[in-house]
Amino acid sequence: MATRAAAHFVAVLVRPDQRDVTGERVRVQARHLGIETGAVRVARVYAIDLPGTAEQLARAAPLVLADAVLETVAVDVLPVHSGAFVTTARLPGVTDDEGRTAQLALALAWDEPRLRDGQQCVFAQRLYLLQRQLADGDLRKLASALGNPLVDHLAWGAGLPTAIAAPAFVDHPPTPQQTVDLHGDDDAVLALSKAGCWHLDAAELRAIRDHFDEVAADRLARAMPALPTECEVEVFAQTWSEHCKHKEFNATISLVHNDQPRTVRSLFKTFIRGATERIRDKYAAIGQDWMVTVFSDNAGLVELDADHYFALKVETHNSPSALDPVGGAMTGVLGNNRDAFGTGKGGARLLFNTDVLCFGSPDYAKPLLRGQLHPMRVARGVVDGVEQAGNKSGVPTVNGALLFDDRFAGKPLVYCGTGAILPKQYPNGESWHKDIRPGDRIVVIGGRVGRDGIHGATFSSGALDDKVSGSVVQIGSPFVQKMASDLLAEACALGLVSGCTDNGAGGLSSSVGELAQGPGGALLHLERVPLKYAGLQPWEILLSESQERMTLAVRPGDVAALVALAQRRGVEATDIGAFDDSGRLVVRFGETTLADLDLAFLHDGVPTRYLQAEWTDHPALPNPELTLDAGPMLLRLLASPNICCREAVVRLYDHEVKGKTVIKPLMGPTGLAPQDAAVVRASFDGWHGLAVASGICPKFGDLDPYAMAAGAFDEAVRSLISVGARLPVAGEAPSWSGCDNFCVPNSAFDAVANPDGKLKLGKLVRMCEALYDCAVYFDVPMTSGKDSMKNDFVSEGHKISVPPTVLFTLVARVADVRRTVTSEWKAVGDVVYQVGATYDELGGCDWLRLCGGPDLALHGAVPQVRLGDARRVYEKMMAAHAAGLLASSHDLSDGGLLVALAECAIGGGRGAWIDVCQLSDSQPIAAVLFAESHSRLLVSVAPHHVAAFEMLFGRDAVRLGQVSADPSLRLDNGAESLCALTVAELTAAWRTPLW
Amino acid sequence: MVGGPVVRVLVLRGLGFNCEEESAAAWQLAGAEPVVAHASDWLSGAVRLDGFAILHLPGGFSYGDDLGSGQVFANRIRLGRLEDGTRVLDTVSAFLGRGGRIIGICNGFQILVRAGLVPNIGGQFVQQVALAANLCGHFVDRWVRCRSAGMSLANLGEREFDLPVRHGEGRLVFGSPELRDLCQEKGLIGLQYLEADGGPATTEPANPNGAELATAGLWSEDGQVFGMMPHPEAYLTFVNHPDWGGRQRRGEDNDEATQTGQAFFRAWVEAATRHAAEVGR
Repeated sequence: MATRAAAHFVAVLVRPDQRDVTGERVRVQARHLGIETGAVRVARVYAIDLPGTAEQLARAAPLVLADAVLETVAVDVLPVHSGAFVTTARLPGVTDDEGRTAQLALALAWDEPRLRDGQQCVFAQRLYLLQRQLADGDLRKLASALGNPLVDHLAWGAGLPTAIAAPAFVDHPPTPQQTVDLHGDDDAVLALSKAGCWHLDAAELRAIRDHFDEVAADRLARAMPALPTECEVEVFAQTWSEHCKHKEFNATISLVHNDQPRTVRSLFKTFIRGATERIRDKYAAIGQDWMVTVFSDNAGLVELDADHYFALKVETHNSPSALDPVGGAMTGVLGNNRDAFGTGKGGARLLFNTDVLCFGSPDYAKPLLRGQLHPMRVARGVVDGVEQAGNKSGVPTVNGALLFDDRFAGKPLVYCGTGAILPKQYPNGESWHKDIRPGDRIVVIGGRVGRDGIHGATFSSGALDDKVSGSVVQIGSPFVQKMASDLLAEACALGLVSGCTDNGAGGLSSSVGELAQGPGGALLHLERVPLKYAGLQPWEILLSESQERMTLAVRPGDVAALVALAQRRGVEATDIGAFDDSGRLVVRFGETTLADLDLAFLHDGVPTRYLQAEWTDHPALPNPELTLDAGPMLLRLLASPNICCREAVVRLYDHEVKGKTVIKPLMGPTGLAPQDAAVVRASFDGWHGLAVASGICPKFGDLDPYAMAAGAFDEAVRSLISVGARLPVAGEAPSWSGCDNFCVPNSAFDAVANPDGKLKLGKLVRMCEALYDCAVYFDVPMTSGKDSMKNDFVSEGHKISVPPTVLFTLVARVADVRRTVTSEWKAVGDVVYQVGATYDELGGCDWLRLCGGPDLALHGAVPQVRLGDARRVYEKMMAAHAAGLLASSHDLSDGGLLVALAECAIGGGRGAWIDVCQLSDSQPIAAVLFAESHSRLLVSVAPHHVAAFEMLFGRDAVRLGQVSADPSLRLDNGAESLCALTVAELTAAWRTPLW
Repeated sequence: MVGGPVVRVLVLRGLGFNCEEESAAAWQLAGAEPVVAHASDWLSGAVRLDGFAILHLPGGFSYGDDLGSGQVFANRIRLGRLEDGTRVLDTVSAFLGRGGRIIGICNGFQILVRAGLVPNIGGQFVQQVALAANLCGHFVDRWVRCRSAGMSLANLGEREFDLPVRHGEGRLVFGSPELRDLCQEKGLIGLQYLEADGGPATTEPANPNGAELATAGLWSEDGQVFGMMPHPEAYLTFVNHPDWGGRQRRGEDNDEATQTGQAFFRAWVEAATRHAAEVGR
């Protein structure tokens, strides 16, 4: 990197008589790598590029940069000894909040406002001082564990560093504007697309070429070249990216299903929007439409109460998290949060976050390919990113899931979800309505623009390979975003904002392009955009995905008030242009017009894709013969990565900030009871709230993608039913909101590059069909969704593709959070029942996977969702909740009945005497204990409610036993004892460390 | 509740604070009148402490905790000036001089410590204790058992509570053995983490961070400033408790005024009301 020695530096170290907890952790981390470092001390080092004397710094630094009790400060010298050192510093241009904050601190100490407002001249880094002398190879290994070369400059050596470097920024003058000629043959234009990182296909490039040929005369009249400018092609590449336009979900698909050909015109319109519209029409007909904005805005918006809407959005951030797990996950969470902020006029307040994460196995032992990080490195980093983003934003992370499968070892799946509350009315009108008019100013608030995150939208639209540039990766800043979102909420409440959206994929190019559709045009002046540093090309300013920025539409008369408010709040707000009704998106830099595009063509001109798909249903393989071994098997299941306790992750997340969380991820007397859904109060003014749950089970997809997707949907529904939500019922003001997130491998058939593409796409079609069938049966609409279509990692001639996966995140309004029910057993004598039926459906189950790996789990029938039975059982559960009959309720999923029994016991710290003979009358005992049949729940009922409960459920509930005073789980099958384990034994197995 | 004038509380928001909403709800439930104001308006002087009985610095990550938790906000209190040139610290000192009280929770406590407002023995506003990184080395969200002790939370007396902690830097370290003894002698340790047997917690998980003397909350020498790591404002209703379902099923005591974090705010409001009555007399 371009660096030079800084004028000065300040090093802040923990005093020798205090414990250096970070250093201790680094020492342990090194030991895991097989490196014995001896004692480690960690210094915060600030490279300072300012004129001024060391004496001035020596006076100021201890005052403002260090803890007076714990730390000691050195200026321009390192008054320590060490055997070796490692330093990590942000690469030039990568967000360095700590350096900026240190600069502000010095500005305060010196009462020097110019330091406060000017460019960054203080840069943070970490210096790890290692007691022992270490070989270069060990230091290199340790350095790359402590930092990531994509975002950090890493250095190491013997003794102490000889100089502390500061990044140097190279100023590139703007290069003259180039045009792009797309008249070549397919190979030639595809080569251009590849070189430009546009990810546009031949048909799209032809469509652009033809459009420009058509409007050539008009362009010349506008003083534009006939050929598209580079910048214009970039705008198309962003706007038409798979990420933004979902070309494959809107493609026309020729499907051959069981030898029967048929055509699907747009998966999205047919199955997803189709289901939602059908539900909406059904309830609108009886005057109960609760859907306010579906699929048309950044998040789905539904009715919450008389004064508020509820917004839901879930996004994935898979490719960035594969490259830079911490930064990728962080920007995933923060970016998804911005979608909620940017819904309607803007200013929603976040209520909760969710995180569903899929990684390769913790013990992944295959050699790592070039560019591939070990799944554990990815997992720890992603969790760290989610923690930082959620905690620092003050948003409770209340629900999630953690799945392990080696097919996620190339690209992890990182699903970030957000629920938010929007007041219905602002002084300037209905909040849901982006009321942007010609003449409204375009104002950006938040962070400045740098070269970070260029081509993120197009990059995520392709497979991940080992040739990536660091510029596609961004580091988030929760603090900058918090400042901006607080300002946005305040400005919206004052009626100063007529519409807004976030700057994510595609940067200003996308955000302004999208908002311009309302008024019908926009003119953008890029030279006004505040930059982190000089030297950006205009097109980079347009495309940069630098984080923490919102684009606002503001009436001309309100701009001054908004800018003044922003100034008081310490947030930058800049007027960068205006909306108009010209029908065009015009981008200027000074006197140069970089783009002058027809808005209608930009948004509607993308050609329809044509894709081929095939799927053949096949009969189930017979169950394997296995010995049952219930006790030992239960302990092994409880300890397995897909089932064991998630406390090591959950307790890193703040799940109680805002004081509204009623059902948290872990509950019960010892905080170990895993819950099915989270429940959050909507406000302090009432007891209504929201229940949120996730459904995801890719393991069933190998057997039958339809059954898998239906199972995921059912899992989310039954989790919500379990805690006490009610399915939409006429006359009850229902308010359900769902979000679908598909993550699949590249499913576009190519005889050479993707020979099984038709089969992959066939699976996706079946998954979408299941979504439709479940949604319309339960009356649960999707209000937003997102698809991620290229989840393949390619390196050294190998490809690691994710299994087709869909996550359903469902949210339901609950009338009174105090009447919800948790999973753990609560009192001795309560009677335990299984609700819903078990079938001989061992296919895909965790028991088979544990006994013989994924191949064995291909045996047995896949669990099916029997919609009629499911709905009947759920309606009885709703009645039981309404009558207050349930002491506990836990859904049956991974591991089946036996694991659910153990979780209820561990969670409540109570045992039970269980006899499954009534279940084993009709099904094999292995299925009774381990099958993962859907639509089942395990409930406990206080003795005085037993009669009413049994009357209500009839044959839909089977009595299994009673919660016992003896703290052990005793399991019989009639006269035969299957196992007897103490709660302590179960707990110990379940608390096996995840990593 | 003691009768008298309404207790007005200034709760700060913005600049990275996260807990203003539940904090305001807590004061309201306790019968006070909270005013939530942007911290930048307080630091500039646009919002002043006149008319307020209590200043509340809530939890969060002020300035992103970039230079250490609470460091930058503490810098602003110690070195910053209002727009009219008055030192922020002088306004704080004057506020305390007329009997005002300051409550800092989590990040607010970290700020109070770094700004020298607790324990402030000798009244010189210099940092005397620290809140260091948890010994486990990371952020932790967990419920802990605590007992109010020593000088005690106003008139809360010696009582036990379950409360959530949510922090990465909460290990109270006394600057010196002498200072630790002084704090103990003067009864400044207002809240301690407890083991299951009721004794002060020395190890994890009962002591979530490794704090010396199991210190969860600390008073200033003059008893007007209190900081604590646990979050009483996140426990305003019995259904915030992780075992609320079991307690409800078993018919255990769920009185919110005495069992939940509400008790803290009620005690503080009562003390402020009493003070106002005494001054009035």
